[in-house]
Amino acid sequence: MELIVAENINKSYQSGEVSVKALKDISFKIEVASLVSFIGPSGSGKTTLLNLIGCLDKPTSGALKIADTDVFGLDRRKAASFRGKNIGFIFQDFNLIPVLTVYENVEYPLLMVQDVPVADRNKRVMTLLDAVGVADQKDKYPDQISGGQKQRVSIARALVTKTKLVLADEPTANLDHESAYMVINLMKKMKDDLGTTFIFSTHDQKIVGEVETIYTLEDGALTSREDTGRVKDV
Amino acid sequence: MSNIFKIAIRNLFRYKRRTLLTASLISTGVLFVLVFVSVSGSFKNMMVGQITDSFLGHIQIHKKGYVESIDNLPLTLNLNPEELLKIEDMINHTPEVEAYSPRIKFGGMFSNFVETTNIRINGVFPEREIKTSPLLPSRIIEGTSEIGKGEILLPELLAKGMKINLGDTIVIVATNKDGSVNGRQFRVGGILESATGPGGRDSYIHIEDAMEVLRMEQMEISEIVLRLKDFGNLHMVGSELKEILSTDLNAKGKLKFEIHTWEKLSPFYNVARMIDLMTFFIKLMLIAIVLISIMNVMIMAVFERIREIGTIAAIGTMPEKILFMFIIEGFSLGVVGALIGDIIGVAAILILDSLELTFNFGRQADLLLVPTINFGEIFMMSIIVIIASVIASLQPAFKASRMEPIKALRHV
Repeated sequence: MELIVAENINKSYQSGEVSVKALKDISFKIEVASLVSFIGPSGSGKTTLLNLIGCLDKPTSGALKIADTDVFGLDRRKAASFRGKNIGFIFQDFNLIPVLTVYENVEYPLLMVQDVPVADRNKRVMTLLDAVGVADQKDKYPDQISGGQKQRVSIARALVTKTKLVLADEPTANLDHESAYMVINLMKKMKDDLGTTFIFSTHDQKIVGEVETIYTLEDGALTSREDTGRVKDV
Repeated sequence: MSNIFKIAIRNLFRYKRRTLLTASLISTGVLFVLVFVSVSGSFKNMMVGQITDSFLGHIQIHKKGYVESIDNLPLTLNLNPEELLKIEDMINHTPEVEAYSPRIKFGGMFSNFVETTNIRINGVFPEREIKTSPLLPSRIIEGTSEIGKGEILLPELLAKGMKINLGDTIVIVATNKDGSVNGRQFRVGGILESATGPGGRDSYIHIEDAMEVLRMEQMEISEIVLRLKDFGNLHMVGSELKEILSTDLNAKGKLKFEIHTWEKLSPFYNVARMIDLMTFFIKLMLIAIVLISIMNVMIMAVFERIREIGTIAAIGTMPEKILFMFIIEGFSLGVVGALIGDIIGVAAILILDSLELTFNFGRQADLLLVPTINFGEIFMMSIIVIIASVIASLQPAFKASRMEPIKALRHV
């Protein structure tokens, strides 16, 4: 079953007097509960594409459906609401809220975006903190834990709303090799356990080998799709 | 909402020094305003009290045209017994009036048998006059305020100038409204400290003596002075009485009577207005301090947290919640600043009270300064500060809520 269907997406922007084509005629389909990576050199359009999939930006032309919703047609408020319900984000710099504890950071989307009742909230937060292995750090603030732990918290925050899709832009770029593998394995586990689709961009060739589908972007164009042949559990 | 408060308060604690400085600035502003309002209010109340309670009363009623020619003390514009009765009936049906005192006012010549000078005299019912002008007994520096028949209360300056002592005999000569002159001897029953304001250097005799000097067959009253139970009802009572008397017209179809509150009778009302104006400007300064300091802090807060704003917007926080987060941050800063300012301000006022500071007003010396402030004033001041804080937060908060997540996330 397809979660994302992208058709002929183009994205241009002005840089001074020059019009730059960041994405050129991109089309692809991504299935539910898959682990997909977009790779390519810097400036190839990976982040621009993830921003479009994440409803953070609008294309110049093209169509994108996520869970049968035409996301490019959503206005600002509806896009925010759609993100809150359907998309989780994992950031390269973790982007945890420094004044909130680990627990409160994971709780934030349930509290401020989805208004989940307290009992359900506690259960979901603790389940995910357990699952990502930072339950014992729950009362610490982000500046009191390591980079790997921060990214685990970030993954828990992205998953806590039971989103269908999690987008991660270079999620391992600021992590050491061991932590990077741990994060990828965690994504795989969550994909298998919760049926979540993970899409991430990366430069790291070793990590790329762990995913099911690899899209390669070069100069804004999708140049190849490679299915690694990994068996999907869903 | 409680979570927005939690995040806002924690963000305030995140920059402790900046929050402390801003809250201190607001608190200092509130402190100064409260102290100024209490001290200036005390001075104003004392001044108004001295003027109204010494002589002027809260409201005066005269025949139409009397106040215009009050310097001449015209006997032709006195109220006749029928008019007096009507006005007294009206006053007796006004429960807000605590006391009233009819006066016969006239000018005359005053002699100690060696020298002669002019004098303004008030013929009064002593007990009613004291109830209406309760500070009158406290102005008596020698003798009593009883004003028995044949006695006169002389102003201190006149007594000193004419070398008259308590118990001396003097002569008052006055012209009645028909133009004939009459004289009468009086014993000096008391010497009055001069009061600041109109009538502060007038003398007092018994009203029946005044009638005798002026050869009045029936009581003709120059003015009726009213004292209210609650000074705060001044304008309401003044308007009510004016309304009642507006139906009384003379033969020419014009108003028969005129009513004036103390404000219309004393030049010191302008001083009171100046105090109010200064208080207003001091409050404006406080608002400016709050607006500038909170806006500065909130602009900095938004600028420093652009990536955070991008993050929370990206994960689906609606713009109005982001708006509230920053407004509540400013609101909380305002509340803390106002509360601390209120507490220190009240403490400062209590300390000033305990110091028993005195000041001089006109000829009255060593008046005790009693700075007081009511809860309503503190509450209003706090509300002003909090509203100013919220207003100052609006622009930065609006900017944060309108931020494009993609641009905010890219911010370095």
